[in-house]
Parts: sequence; C-alpha cells; structure tokens
Amino acid sequence: MLPGNPEGLSMAIETEVGVPIEKRRPLRVRETLVGVLKMRESAIFLALLGIMIVITIVAPNFATSGNIYRVSRQISFVAIASLGVFTVILTGGIDLSLGSIIGISGVISGLCMEAGVHYLLSIGIGLVTGCLVGAINGLLVSYVGITPFIVTLGMLSMARGSIWIITKGWPVENIDERILVLSQGDILGIPVPVIIMLFISIIVHFVMRSTVFGRRVYAIGGNEEATRLSGIDVKKIKCIVYAISGLMAAITGIMLVARFNSAQTSSGDGWELDAIAAAVIGGASLQGGAGSVIGVLIGAAIMGVIRNGLVLMKISAYWQTAIMGLIIVLAAVIDRIKNR
Amino acid sequence: MRQISKQFPGVRALRDVDFSIREGEIVCLLGENGAGKSTLMKILTGVYKQDCGTIYYRGQELVLNNPKDAYERGINIIFQEFNLCPNLSAMENLFLGNENRTKRGLFSYTKTRKRAQQLFEMLDIDIDCDAKVSQLNVARQQMVEIAKALAYDTKLLIMDEPTSALTDKEITTLLAIMRTLKRRGVAIIFISHKLEEVLQISDRIVVLRDGENCGDVETAQATKNHLVSLMVGRAVTNGSAKRTTIPSQETLLEAEGICGGRIQDASFSIKKGEILGFAGLVGSGRSALARLIIGAEKRSAGTITLNGSSVVIRHPKDSIAAGIAYLPDDRKNMGLVLPMTVRENTTMCIHEKIRRLLGIISSKEEHLVVNRYIDELDIRVYSSEQKVSTLSGGNQQKIVIAKSLAVTPKLLILCEPTRGIDVGAKAEVHNIIFQLADQGISIIVISSELQEIFNLSDRIIVMHEGVITANLPRHEATQEVVMRAAIGTAS
Repeated sequence: MLPGNPEGLSMAIETEVGVPIEKRRPLRVRETLVGVLKMRESAIFLALLGIMIVITIVAPNFATSGNIYRVSRQISFVAIASLGVFTVILTGGIDLSLGSIIGISGVISGLCMEAGVHYLLSIGIGLVTGCLVGAINGLLVSYVGITPFIVTLGMLSMARGSIWIITKGWPVENIDERILVLSQGDILGIPVPVIIMLFISIIVHFVMRSTVFGRRVYAIGGNEEATRLSGIDVKKIKCIVYAISGLMAAITGIMLVARFNSAQTSSGDGWELDAIAAAVIGGASLQGGAGSVIGVLIGAAIMGVIRNGLVLMKISAYWQTAIMGLIIVLAAVIDRIKNR
Repeated sequence: MRQISKQFPGVRALRDVDFSIREGEIVCLLGENGAGKSTLMKILTGVYKQDCGTIYYRGQELVLNNPKDAYERGINIIFQEFNLCPNLSAMENLFLGNENRTKRGLFSYTKTRKRAQQLFEMLDIDIDCDAKVSQLNVARQQMVEIAKALAYDTKLLIMDEPTSALTDKEITTLLAIMRTLKRRGVAIIFISHKLEEVLQISDRIVVLRDGENCGDVETAQATKNHLVSLMVGRAVTNGSAKRTTIPSQETLLEAEGICGGRIQDASFSIKKGEILGFAGLVGSGRSALARLIIGAEKRSAGTITLNGSSVVIRHPKDSIAAGIAYLPDDRKNMGLVLPMTVRENTTMCIHEKIRRLLGIISSKEEHLVVNRYIDELDIRVYSSEQKVSTLSGGNQQKIVIAKSLAVTPKLLILCEPTRGIDVGAKAEVHNIIFQLADQGISIIVISSELQEIFNLSDRIIVMHEGVITANLPRHEATQEVVMRAAIGTAS
C-alpha cells in the first residue's frame, strides 16, 4: 500500500462548504453532445463546409471528382508538414525551417538515387537528413537556450543555402521511377498521399492523446516550469519535437520529389507559413498547450480548399496571396474573441 | 486613514485600522508577513479599494479609484521590485509617461537632461544621466526610482522594504536621502524589517498585527524588545488539530553545506516522520534552499544524504526518483498546468508508473490513482476531467498535494501550503500534514505565517538572508526567539 493513504482522512475533516457538491457525476449523453458541438474542431469544421458550399455555388467545377482528387492530394502534402510543426507549436515553440528541410531532404534522397543507391535506402537517407536537421534545431533550442524563432530562422537559410551549394542550382532529375507511386498513384481511387496523410495523422493523434510523451508535450505548453518541477526532462522532450517536425518535413519533401519526378531546389520554399497557418487555423495556440490533430487537418483543408477555389473562380494570383493572409489573421481574431 | 477595513475571500486583511502621517514626517510601518502592511499601502495608493473607512488627505476626503488618482495627488510608492525599464537611460526612466517635449512635440533631450540633473542635485546623488539603468547597481537603481517619484511632485512617498537589497554603506546613503526629503516637507512611510534602521530614521512607528493597528509609538520611546513583542503579540491561538505522535529517532535526510544563489552554507537534517518548520521573512531564502535541494536550481556546493547514503540530485526528476516531492509556493505558475484536467495534473509525476508498452498510458490505472486521491483528500470536483483552472484555491492546492503524494514520497517539502486558501481548507491541509507525518513521511513546511509553523512543527529552523540563524526544538521556540532570528538580531 502506498503511503498517503490514511484511513478516514477525509472523514475527520469538516469544512464550511454549505451545499454538498455532487462528486464526479457521470457525463450524460446530452452533455457530451453539447460538449462536442462546443469543441473548437466542430466550429472550424462547419466553417470548412460553409466555404466548400460557397465555392461550389460560385465555381461549379469545384465539386467534380477530378478536382476533389487534386485538391485532396495537394492538401495532404501541407497537412503532413503541418502535423510536424504542430507538435513543436504544442510546446510553445515554432519551426520556420521546415520548408527548407522539405527541400534538402528531397534533394539528398534524389542525389542518392542519382548515384545509384537503392530507392528505399535513398528514402531512408532523406528521412534521416530531415530528422537530423530538426534535431539540431532542438538541441540549440533546448540545451543552448536560443529562442526557437531565431534558431529555425537561421536554419531556414542554412538549409536552403546548402541545397544551392550541393546542387549548384540544378534540379536532380534522375529519380528512381519506383517512388513515383508515393504521390502519383492511388488505391481504390484514393490518392496515395491522402492515405499516407491519414496514416500519419492516426499515429500522431494516438501518440499525442494516449502516450506519456504526448501528455508531456501538452504539459510543457501548458506550464513549462510546473512540468519541470514534476520531474520531467523538458529539454529532452523539446528536442524530440523539433526532430519530429524535421522528419515530417522530410516525408513531405520526398513525396514532392515523387510528385514532380525530380528534386527541385526551390521545393518547399515558403511552406513553413502554410504549415503553421494550417495549425493555427485549426485551433492550435502559439502559446502552446492547445490544439488537436483533427483541428490541424481541418485547418490544412480550409487553406487548400480556399486556394483551389480562388483558382477556379479565376481570381488573379496577385489577390490570392493577400486573401490567404487575410484568412490567417481572421482565424486568429475569431479565436481571440471566442476566448475572451 | 480612519477605520480602514478590507476583506479578502476567506481572510480579513485589515480591521478598523487608523493611520496618520504629517508633512515632513517619517513613519515606519512594522509587522510580520501577512500582518496587512502591503494591503494598507495598496489601499493608500489606489490599487485596492477599502471595504469601509475613509482616507483624509490634507483635510479632505480622498477617493482613489486607481493608482493614477494616487500619484496625481502626490502619493507615490516604491516597491521592492523596481519598475524601471533597464534598457533606457536613467533620465529617460525619470520622465517615463511624463516626457519633456520640444515645441514640435519631439522628445527633448536638453530639457530632460536639465531636469534630471536638477533632481539628482536636489537629492545630492551622483548618477550619470545617460547611463543605462541596467548598468547601474541596485542602490543606484533605487535612487533613480526615488528621483522618478519626485519628478511627479510627490508629497507622500511610500517605500516598501527599500533596504533589503542594499549594503550597509548604501543604506547610510539612502537614509541620508530620506532626511533630505524630510527637510523638503515630503512625508515618508517606510516599511522595513530591520529594527536598527527603523529606530535610526523614523519619527514614529506603527505596528500592525493580524490586520489591526496594535501600537503607535514615538521612536524616542521605543525599544527593540518592546517592538518585537508588539509584532508577535502575546496571545497564541490554536486553530487546528494538535500533534500527538513523536517522530522516530532515525535520520532520513541530511543536507550539508548547501550553497547556491543567495544561500550560504546551509546544513540541516530531518528525521523520519518529523515535521520540520522553516520560518523566516519573505525573501530569507527558504524556498530557494528547497529548490536547491530538489535540483530545480543549480547547487554550487553541498551534499545530500538520504537514509545514510549520498544521493546525486541535479534535476527535479532525480529528487522525485529519490522520493523527495516538492510543492512550490506558487501553485498557479509552478504547481499546476492550469489548462489540463484534474486527472492529468494528478499523475504528472508518475508517468513512469502508469505507462505500459510503447509509453501508452494505462487509463484504468490512471483513473484508479486519481479517484483514490479525490476520495482521500476529499477534493471537490465534478469530474476528474474538469480543468484545474476552474477549481477553488483550496481544491487546487489539494490537487498539488495529491500529485506529490502519488510519487509515494519519503520526504515532502511544502512551500506555503496554505497560502491564499480559506480557513476551512487550511485546517484540512493541516490535518493531512499530521496524518502523513504519522505514517512516517518526513515533512518540511515552509511558511511565512509564524502561527502555522508553530502549530505544525516538531522542530523549527529560522532563516535570515540566506543563512540558517536558528534550529530549535518546538518546546524551546517562542515567537520572540523565532522573530529575532528571522530579523537577524539573535542575541
């Protein structure tokens, strides 16, 4: 028996609370339903549906199977990178370097294939590269104590610069054709990237919700000092989430190589903003501690659908960037008002 | 100020306090931690509003709705922690929010420098107007604070423990400045725990105890002993249950020569099942010592022996592994993850125990632990899925206790375990402490409430400015002895 289990501890004590409070009442079905509707995710899911309906009305070619196929595939790439940076955001950090990691992982695995390395091993090397770059971010943030913004901003340039140094600016064209299925294939009519995204989402969701590691990630974002005093190695966990972000970016990077049949030097350029925006639109707090995988997926979907809708509605490319920016700010404003 | 009363949830902070000060007078406010000094001063500066009572200022009734009302009327306070922008220069700080402008509305360096020099000259202090505040030492930063207060044409200046961070020489300078101000007709309320300087500088001394004014003496007629007895009072009231068990003779933990930060060479030991009280004033280094022991802060020297063998503690995780649990004084910022649930907070320290294959949390086991502590500690919650931010202070504190009990500690270090919780919950926490000690858990209680220390402890250690100044068995400790050791005037 554990100490701290004195018999009758609670009985001996009288308190001045007048009304007895019902203890641990089981939640009723109706309350659960209300709870679900109150959840952030339902609100943004409704927003996604609304946006899709509006686009369908304005641009009837949105709801065609060919378009849905393309949009869902496009969303998958961003969503995977976004899930990675989401784990970093949960701890209250940020990863601005993920776009460059997308690029460098793709280029490295492309170069391996060009050099005749087996395609599976090449993919492996690409993934390890992303993981390592992420881990360097993590080490600098945790153990050296530099703010995540600066570390990853520096890494953004360093990794992108390295791509240019390695390739001298030329894309890597000799890609093993066996990897093309990753982005161009489909199973039962569902694009392979969507399947990969769903698979990764399930894993990340499970890790975040049901494991000790996930619990600790949320705890760090909620209150880092309390977490540390609870005997948790905060530095190690923070280091790991940056490595995860790097790994996810590498997965995206390799899928983009498969998508374009070549490793482009500009691959992933600017994607960090879309990935972070997807997480934020999906309800992740940049202060850390709040957000969910489902939210991130919906956030990525909102971004992708609007981008696609703007193209279908033949809105000028000049406007598209501004409108995407507006949506990000709008999401943050709505969130702020809701939490007040 | 007449008949000022203030009630906080669960505590009566002030009860019919009368207080007055004349132009050019220095009045010292004395009292234990929690006697109501700060509350009274916060009412006078418009931070809090009194429940009843009236403030008269220069013969007129004064209504203060916010701090701005107070300083516009010439009432200014200098807190223990300074309110300066370290990245700006001394003169820029002086006129922050009150900047000197040129005719075109730009920041005027010439005017600012001239007025700053005038102020420094008036105070007879030598500070470079262009020096960044971060480059000045604490004493000079404080002088900038004083000059800043005077830039607002202050008639009444309140100084909250201004000497606590100063060296003896710097204190002498500060006292000289206070005399200069006095000659200029500024009234000063001076809060300090150092009786020597109080007797040296003040004209009159007001003693607060338990929110009541229990002494108003002319300094000329005051003696140290008289003041100490006024501060602690004679009546010893007993609120909670009494301790009956006698701790065993077996030593559990021995800390030797602990150094780090402000703590110098602290040594003590605790026996199995003993309740060891740490008394001292706020900032005397008690919680800093606790943080050194559990490895939350870096030790520069010192060894810790547990059950006869030495242990290495470099991180809170080591201390938890060794069976030492720590309850921080700041429940909300250090004890709990507020946005998380009761369940998640309770099991924070025992992830290793409830984890299964692949680090998956066994939710059955987790619920078992949580429900047990909800029952045992009588924590009032709707559901274990409730966010802890929605609980009352008392229940939050019980969650922190549950969290540290879950690690089955041998030693429990409690920092201010009853701060900010109501009387009922306080008694419950005290009972829990007794019962835990009865089971053989050693407990260190750090409290700024002397009464609490006396009610709980088997032995009392007193700290003053980072040094252990007394180590007394309960029967030898009187409030007077402890108070003397706490203010560093032990004979």
